[in-house]
Amino acid sequence: MADVILKADNLYKHYPIKGGVLRTTVGHVKAVDGVSFELQRGETLGIVGESGCGKSTLGRVLMRLEEPTSGTVNFDGVDMYSQGGSAMRKLRRDIQIVFQDPYTSLNPRKTVGDIIGEPFEIHPDVVPKGGRKKAVQELLEMVGLNPEHINRYPHQFSGGQRQRIGIARGIALRPKVLICDEPVSALDVSVQAQVINLMEKLQDELGLSYIFIAHDLSVVRHISDRVGVMYLGRMVELGTEEEIYQRPTHPYTQALLSAVPVPDPTMRGKREQIVLTGDVPSPANPPSGCRFHTRCFKAQDRCKVDDPELVNRPDGAGEHRSACLFAEPRVIVETVDVSDVEVDTRFATTDVVDIDAFGDDEGVLPADATTVQQRSQVVGESEGPLDRPTDTTRLVDDEPAEHRDPRV
Amino acid sequence: MTTTTKSVAPASEYKPGADGRLLQVDDLYVEFHTAEGVAKAINGVSFDLRQGETLAILGESGSGKSVTAQAIMGILDMPPAVIPSGAIRYCGQDLLTMPDEQRRKIRGPEISMIFQDALSSLNPTFPVGWQIGEMFRQHRGMNKSDAYAQAVRLMERVAIPGAKDRVKNYPHQFSGGMRQRIMIAMAIALDPAVLIADEPTTALDVTVQAQIMALLAELQEERQMGLILITHDLGVVADVADRASVMYAGRIVAQAGIEDLYARPAHPYTRGLLESIPRLDQKGQTLAAIGGLPPNLTRIPPGCTFNPRCRMAQDICRTEEPALRVIGNQESRCHFAEEVLNG
Amino acid sequence: MTDSLAVSVQPTAGDDVGEARSLAQDAWRSLRKNKLFWISVALITVFVLMAIWPSLFTRTDPTFGDINNVRATPSGDAWFGTDTQGYDIFARTIYGARASIIVGILTSLTTLLVGGAIGIIAGFYGGWIDAVVSRITDIFFAIPLLLGGILFMSSFPNNPQSTPYFVIVGKVVLTLTIFGWPSIARLMRSSVLQVKPNEYVLAARALGASPWRIIRSHILPNALAPAIVVSTINLGAYIVAEATLSFLGIGLTPPAISWGVAISDALVAVRTYPHILLFPSLFLSLAVLAFILLGDAVRDAFDPKSR
Repeated sequence: MADVILKADNLYKHYPIKGGVLRTTVGHVKAVDGVSFELQRGETLGIVGESGCGKSTLGRVLMRLEEPTSGTVNFDGVDMYSQGGSAMRKLRRDIQIVFQDPYTSLNPRKTVGDIIGEPFEIHPDVVPKGGRKKAVQELLEMVGLNPEHINRYPHQFSGGQRQRIGIARGIALRPKVLICDEPVSALDVSVQAQVINLMEKLQDELGLSYIFIAHDLSVVRHISDRVGVMYLGRMVELGTEEEIYQRPTHPYTQALLSAVPVPDPTMRGKREQIVLTGDVPSPANPPSGCRFHTRCFKAQDRCKVDDPELVNRPDGAGEHRSACLFAEPRVIVETVDVSDVEVDTRFATTDVVDIDAFGDDEGVLPADATTVQQRSQVVGESEGPLDRPTDTTRLVDDEPAEHRDPRV
Repeated sequence: MTTTTKSVAPASEYKPGADGRLLQVDDLYVEFHTAEGVAKAINGVSFDLRQGETLAILGESGSGKSVTAQAIMGILDMPPAVIPSGAIRYCGQDLLTMPDEQRRKIRGPEISMIFQDALSSLNPTFPVGWQIGEMFRQHRGMNKSDAYAQAVRLMERVAIPGAKDRVKNYPHQFSGGMRQRIMIAMAIALDPAVLIADEPTTALDVTVQAQIMALLAELQEERQMGLILITHDLGVVADVADRASVMYAGRIVAQAGIEDLYARPAHPYTRGLLESIPRLDQKGQTLAAIGGLPPNLTRIPPGCTFNPRCRMAQDICRTEEPALRVIGNQESRCHFAEEVLNG
Repeated sequence: MTDSLAVSVQPTAGDDVGEARSLAQDAWRSLRKNKLFWISVALITVFVLMAIWPSLFTRTDPTFGDINNVRATPSGDAWFGTDTQGYDIFARTIYGARASIIVGILTSLTTLLVGGAIGIIAGFYGGWIDAVVSRITDIFFAIPLLLGGILFMSSFPNNPQSTPYFVIVGKVVLTLTIFGWPSIARLMRSSVLQVKPNEYVLAARALGASPWRIIRSHILPNALAPAIVVSTINLGAYIVAEATLSFLGIGLTPPAISWGVAISDALVAVRTYPHILLFPSLFLSLAVLAFILLGDAVRDAFDPKSR
């Protein structure tokens, strides 16, 4: 059972903040600040948190797109960060990533065939040259797209179709682990379901393990076996889907769950609402002790001093990991088990094929094309890529305004 | 309580109808003339809004929900937008035929709007207090210091901590949630009778979303505003709306009281949407998708606009467009609404 | 129900390529409709033909000076008249195109190559490499093109009798390249910085692509358009710079034929015989205008916002 494929130990990622005339380091944005967890073979680990909690940075550090400040990741028995050049390249076949933004994650100058075929060009020994076109077409078919569209350009596809292309690229080398960074948050609800179902199907077929990073707690509950909740660079609670959603013990998880609206008007006013005051503090200057104490509804003096560890704490039925000194279970979401309920196939389908890809639309853009593009820029984590963060306003949700320079 | 927060509003010359009806959109059409052809963004949309009521307009990208809001506000770019026919009546007066000068006086004091992206809706070069105060200077002819005082009062009303000290801060010094509060302060500054909220929480985190929605509900209760909530989020709608209109490809395909809409949907699209959203309070859920995508608005399919994605579609759906008709105590634009409702 | 759907999603034959439109094809589509583009292309074609086969346009020998017929006004024999040494102005203007066109095109290419490469390295690698390269760029950027050209050319003067034509042209190109690359480098660096954070670049890195591969297949195609546009517009500026250097007597010098030299020669008689100045100046202006128009048209075509 405990077949761990990826184990992260005490991961830290601090970005220096440069300031002053000489551009010296005046502080650090602690995007990821001591995160440990393990991923089992074939499971989906959901990582949830609000913007600025460091979940996207965590994904990039796990992919080694950014070097960690410290910490280790053991991938299938190999210490990932000690691998150099060709060994690392080889390792990359086994761990791949799918990005959030279906508009910036595909090179607009390349055809779909080039994009999905790129993994085979970088790792030429996987598929011999002559078989690549066929391999690409098989991938298109696997993700429910029309294999005939191999010569189209990304802008001829809708947001959902583009995300399928991104997934096809991610699974081309048959990785063992796929990191999914907000893969559905830019999509419309009816399209979201198609992509989620596709990802579940691929997991079954290819035996993939997912790290599913998202801000939408409902989506994460649906797809995850286990869930980690992040706040200000730390993992505050980690447990199975049932433990997190039915017996949460950390006040932040409880508040988060209570804030998610449920599409059921009869529940209005009947659900417990925990309203958090204030904004998320700056990761450049996190609070002492428990990081959540500034917004916590049950904080005591001790919380300002003692930094609680993420360790097993009783949750009523058993125990799971929680980083709260006063952890106690509280039922926030009345859960209904609907495993037996069948889908009414007159209205919706669990089929994962994109039916539009097989129409004769000649690549006419669907209605969502431009709006998805705009939305994908707004929604989700703004933790941004690579060589930031001199600009901490993008990263930090709030900081007492007095500390900021209005002229910037 | 109401009196303390109300500003010195002059009595409005607009009075809602006897039935409390504030706004009435009647058979509205909007087209966009683009290089790729005519995009029919809105095709015969009708609804009305009463005092103190929250109407949700629910739809996916390209359904025309935002265009509807912009048409009501009169902030569509024309061209490329054209309104070939229809009427938007505010307290009985048609906004579309009204002189520009008169319509400007409605925008703000009578009907106002908040947008999804508060950062780009606020001017980065002016302090927020100045921007809120501008409403008073422009519409009420107030002087600078009085306008600032009003701005502080409003910022306190929308629960911005330390409003007095922060009134001269610039938009980028506030967090996303605080900026949205500032937008709301600006929108309610002149005590409008109608507030349109276009995806007010889409860009915000869920804990902040809960705060903002609670604030909007509270303000609406306090001022008896008519609130039009435009969103794609079925959860938010279930939490706050009294009624909802579901839009698809520029048409209202279903319209119902909020409980009927969720419990007894009468349109296959609504049904499909409800099947396709993962729910926080369910485990072991099988997600099902509608399949396909909304149509390109320059090439709306003949017959029912939903027919290419509808799994119930029959021949008649491909040739004849159904009308929005009353069924039970709701409305549906489907040839087989009864079957959907009862099945 | 499910079955009927499965049938309807069978791939349809013959739906292969669809309308595969890349950005370049879109750009070409919009260029084709642009009148100014065709005007500039026509002008540039004429000038390039002049540069390659001047004899297509005139039979008159530009190096034959008729001492008995100096400063003649335009006539049927000499369309543009003759200059102070009796050379046929029309012939000399035609032959003069060569120097301008060669200098313009070569300098544009070399600045694009040098500046482009430096800009890509600075933008892609960042860090201290960027800091060093950017400071060097700034230093060169601070020296005005012409001032630098004058300093350089007068420090290494030509010998009009012994230095071959192409060596002199090469020297002018070299000078203009040395002082012209920074504008392209800066532009390239900033567009690389815009392209680099895109998730498709990250995806390539995640796949283990080498830096060279990332630059070649992801960065370059998406960052090149602005540099090409500015290079086209700069081409006009380089032609002007060449003419100015020649005018000052430190670029091309007689017996070499160039518009700058011709303008310089015309100055002695500008008040009495303005036509001697008029024709080479007119051609110079037309050539510059043609390249600037082309650059504008290309920029509009590549900028989706203007479409």
